[in-house]
Amino acid sequence: MKNEWPLWEIFIRGQHGMSHRHVGSLHAPDAEMAIKNARDVYTRRNEGLSIWVVEANHIAASSPSDKGPLYEPSESKVYRHPTFFDIPDEVGAM
Amino acid sequence: MYAQMVKSEAAQDDPEKLAAFQARIDAGEKIEPKDWMPAAYRKTLIRQIGQHAHSEIVGQLPEGNWITRAPTLERKAILLAKVQDEAGHGLYLYCAAETLGVSRDEMTEMLLDGRMKYSSIFNYPTLNWSDIGAVGWLVDGAAIINQVPLQRTSFGPYSRAMIRVCKEESFHARQGFDAIRKMAEGTPEQKKMAQDSVNRLWFPALMMFGPSDKESVHSEQSMAWKIKMNTNDELRQKFVDQTVPQIEFLGLDLPDPGIKWNEERGHYDYTDPDWSEFFDVIKGNGPCNVDRLAARNKAWDDGAWVRDGLMAHAQKKRAAKTAAE
Repeated sequence: MKNEWPLWEIFIRGQHGMSHRHVGSLHAPDAEMAIKNARDVYTRRNEGLSIWVVEANHIAASSPSDKGPLYEPSESKVYRHPTFFDIPDEVGAM
Repeated sequence: MYAQMVKSEAAQDDPEKLAAFQARIDAGEKIEPKDWMPAAYRKTLIRQIGQHAHSEIVGQLPEGNWITRAPTLERKAILLAKVQDEAGHGLYLYCAAETLGVSRDEMTEMLLDGRMKYSSIFNYPTLNWSDIGAVGWLVDGAAIINQVPLQRTSFGPYSRAMIRVCKEESFHARQGFDAIRKMAEGTPEQKKMAQDSVNRLWFPALMMFGPSDKESVHSEQSMAWKIKMNTNDELRQKFVDQTVPQIEFLGLDLPDPGIKWNEERGHYDYTDPDWSEFFDVIKGNGPCNVDRLAARNKAWDDGAWVRDGLMAHAQKKRAAKTAAE
């Protein structure tokens, strides 16, 4: 298909001050139509208060084979979690 | 069901890679689009998700048929919302399939020229308002039974699409039950119409789950890969067990004299649908196959100038913006 509408990734911010979250994708000729379509496809039941659209081919993603080098280093750094440290009960909430 | 008789492919990849892939699935990990996957897994999923998507889109036709003739403004607004949801479900599913490397337009073309299928159920007509109630209640009810376990399917985008679909689907079944309940509790003529709808749509609804396990040749690999979560007969039994008490609640006669509670099995016995009719409908000889495909082809052809026009407009705007910069 020569003239297929490009794919857009859709991000919606719900109520209660949450950040925009990826909800899915859709086809649209341009950003304006992508927002209109996103409103119809992804917010029919009050799911959001704000819509971001990004053309899918503008998204750069990490590769699954990089899983080791990217994420393994953090596995050994348990001290980054507050539960690593023993705080005596007498000290109280911290 | 919405995907019936999806032909599965035999895996022909490196045995070591296949075993590692299977181990991921057995461990409950989700497979994501950029992950390595067997070619057969990809191909089977494209078929299944594509067929599922097509069913959502073609499924708008029998119901859309009654929007302008709904009995009240409220029922009209509800049906309009329901049919709009089906378009959304089709879109979620096309997008999930597209992550596997096929485009939506390619899938649409395969539907339009008959290379891809949609569910047999949508080749039956909706003759009157009561049928609209029965479709929401029985057809969407059957769809829910199929789709709830698919939320746990191994392919991430498919699973996420199913979660969205299931959230919206119970509105569909409930509005249908509510509509047919009004008929069943109405005048004797209305009750007769409700009974007629149940009688006509019962067996086609049972066929949605696909052929009986004895004849279903495509299941084993798909079940191992968690593309299919239950056998056809398991899901069909679940549907019968859930629906029989609802028919009784409505005060309607059971559409099959073979339905009987089986104490020993803890399930209802029922008569299998006429499978020769099912295979005939799949082959294209159901009451509405020709109409449905003609309607989809007409919509696609009539909409071409809109798709092209919007694209030309977008390109022109982009060019003007670049020139201004």
